[in-house]
Amino acid sequence: MAAPSPDLAGAFPIAAAPPTTARMAAPWRRLGVSFWLPAGWLTLITVIAVLAPVLHMPDPNLQDLANRGGSPGAGHLLGTDGLGRDMLARLVWGARISLTVGYASTLLGMALGTLLGMAAGYVRGRPEAVIVAAMDALLAFPALVLILAITTFVGHDLRIIVGVIGFLGIPAFARVARANTLALAQREFVLAARAMGASEVRILGLEILPNIVAPVLTFGLLAVAVAMLAEGALAFLGLSVPPPNASWGAMIAEGRSDLDTWPQTSLIPAAVFFLTIFALNLAADRLRRAVEVREARL
Amino acid sequence: MRGKVLHLVPVLFVVTCFSFLLTSLLPGDVALVMSGPNATPQSIAALRSQLQLDQPLPVRYADWLGRAVRGDLGTSPRSNVTVVQSIKDRLPISLELLVLAEVIGLLVAVPAGIASAYRAGGVLDQAASGAAFGILAVPGFVVAIVLIYLFAVQLDLVPATGYTPLLTDPLANLRSFFLPALTVGLGEAAAYTRLLRSDMIATLQEDYIAMARAKGLPTWHILTRHALKPSSFTLLTVLGINIGRLMGGALIVETIFALPGVGRLLVESIYARDLVVVQGVVAFVAVAFVLVNFGVDLLYAVLDPRIRHGRAVA
Repeated sequence: MAAPSPDLAGAFPIAAAPPTTARMAAPWRRLGVSFWLPAGWLTLITVIAVLAPVLHMPDPNLQDLANRGGSPGAGHLLGTDGLGRDMLARLVWGARISLTVGYASTLLGMALGTLLGMAAGYVRGRPEAVIVAAMDALLAFPALVLILAITTFVGHDLRIIVGVIGFLGIPAFARVARANTLALAQREFVLAARAMGASEVRILGLEILPNIVAPVLTFGLLAVAVAMLAEGALAFLGLSVPPPNASWGAMIAEGRSDLDTWPQTSLIPAAVFFLTIFALNLAADRLRRAVEVREARL
Repeated sequence: MRGKVLHLVPVLFVVTCFSFLLTSLLPGDVALVMSGPNATPQSIAALRSQLQLDQPLPVRYADWLGRAVRGDLGTSPRSNVTVVQSIKDRLPISLELLVLAEVIGLLVAVPAGIASAYRAGGVLDQAASGAAFGILAVPGFVVAIVLIYLFAVQLDLVPATGYTPLLTDPLANLRSFFLPALTVGLGEAAAYTRLLRSDMIATLQEDYIAMARAKGLPTWHILTRHALKPSSFTLLTVLGINIGRLMGGALIVETIFALPGVGRLLVESIYARDLVVVQGVVAFVAVAFVLVNFGVDLLYAVLDPRIRHGRAVA
C-alpha cells in the first residue's frame, strides 16, 4: 500500500505549499520552463501569423498541379499539398484564421461572461437566479450543433464564426467570474470600501475585478484552445471560412483524401494544431497552479 | 428529488425553445432557403404554408411543441420520411458507437487510474498523466486521421470507413466500428484516468484505508474493493455527461468514418438545409442530453451514501 508520499501533495493544489525558495523566487521564475516553453511557442506562431503579409512567402492559394504532394525542399520548406500549394504559407495563413477565432471569440466570451458573472455574484437575488438559469440552459445545449446550424444558415463569415463561438463561451466565463465574486464580496476590503462610501460600480471595478482577473485569464487560455478546436471541427466539416482560404482544420481535412499517398499534407497541420492546443493546455495548467498557490498563501 | 424534477421542467422548456428558435429566427426566408435554387414561386409558397410560416411565431412554437410531446417531430419535405423514423433508424448506430467507446474508455482508465493513484508520482503515474494530458490536446478528427493512417493505410487491418449492419455480419460490423470507437474511446480514457486518479489519491488518505492496511488486507483487495467505489463518483458524473452527449451521435467521428448515425443525420440535413430535420434532431439531442444528466444526478444520490444521508439529515 502506498504511503502518502510527498508527491501526493501535487494532487491537491490548494494544500500544496511551495518550497521556501520557490516562494521567494520572482513570479516569472516560479512558473517554470513548462510554462515558458509553451508560452514561447504561442508567441512565436502569433507573431508569425501577424507578420504573414510582410513575410516573403509564396501565395498560399497558388496551385501548382505539376508539383502535387511535393516533398519538403528548397522551394517549399514544408513541401506542397494535394493541389501543389505551399504548405508553409498555408500553415502561416491558416494560423491567422485559427488564432483569430481562438483569441477573438475568447475575448468576446470573456468580456460578456465576466460582466454577467460579476453582476450575478455581487447583486444576488432575482437577477442572479435569472442569469444562472439562462447560463445553465445554454450549457445544456449541444454547442457544436448550435455552431453548425448557425454557420450553415447564416454564413461562413469569420465574424459570424467568432460571434457564435464567443457567445457559447459566455456561460463558462460567467461561472468562473460568479464563483470568484461570491467569495470576494464577503471579504473585509470590500466591506471597508463600502463603509467608506464607495459606489457599487467602483467596488466592482476597483476592488473585485482586479482580484478575479487571474482566474479568469487562466480560464481564458483554456477557452482559446476550446475555441480553436471548435473552429477546427467546423473547418473539418467544411463549414468554416470558405475555400480556398486555409485554416488548420481545413488543411487537415483536405489532406485526408491523400493519406495513402502524401500523408504529410494532413499530418503536418495536425502536428502544428496539436502543439498549439497542447501549449495552451499546459500553460493554463501551470498558470492555474501558480494562481492557486498564491491564493493559498493569503 | 421533487426540487430536481421541478428544475427539469424549465430547463426542458428553454432547451426545446432554443431548438425551435434556432431554425425560426435565422435571417432570410426559410422556405426559400429550403427549396433550393430550382424552386418555383408556387413550390416556395406551398412549402411556406406546409411549414406554417404564415403563422405567428408563438402559435408555431405551441403547435410544434404540442406535436413533439406526442412523438411527432414533423416530416422532412426533402425525403418525406418522418423525423422520428429517421432518428429511430440512426439511433442504434450511435448507441453502438457510444457503448463500444465507453467500454474502451473504462477498460483503459480504471486500471490506469488505480495504478497511477497507487504510486502517485511514480514512473507509471507520470507516464499515464503525460499521455492523458497529451491525448486531451488532440482534437477528435486528428486522432481519427492518425488512427486511419496507422491501422487502415499502414497496417491495412480494418476498413478506413464504411458500415456493415450488426445483423448482416457481426464480425465485419465490429471491424467497421473499431476505429471510430477507438477514436472516441481514447479521449474518454484520458479524461477518466485523470479523474479517477485524483479522486483515488484523496480516498487513499482516508483513515479506513489505513485501517484496512493495518488489518493486513492484500493491496489489490484494498484498491479494488475499498478505494475504487468511493473514488468513482466524479467519474460516474462525467461518464453520464459523455453518454448524454454521445446519444446525439459523434458528429465529427460519424462523418469521418461514414457511420450513418444520428450525428451524421444532423450533418447531412444541415448540408441539405432540411430545417425540419435539423430542428427535430437538435431538439432530440438536447432533450436526451438533459434527461441523461438528470438520470445521472439521481443515480449519484442513490449510489453515494454520503449524499443520501446528508440529504436525510438536512
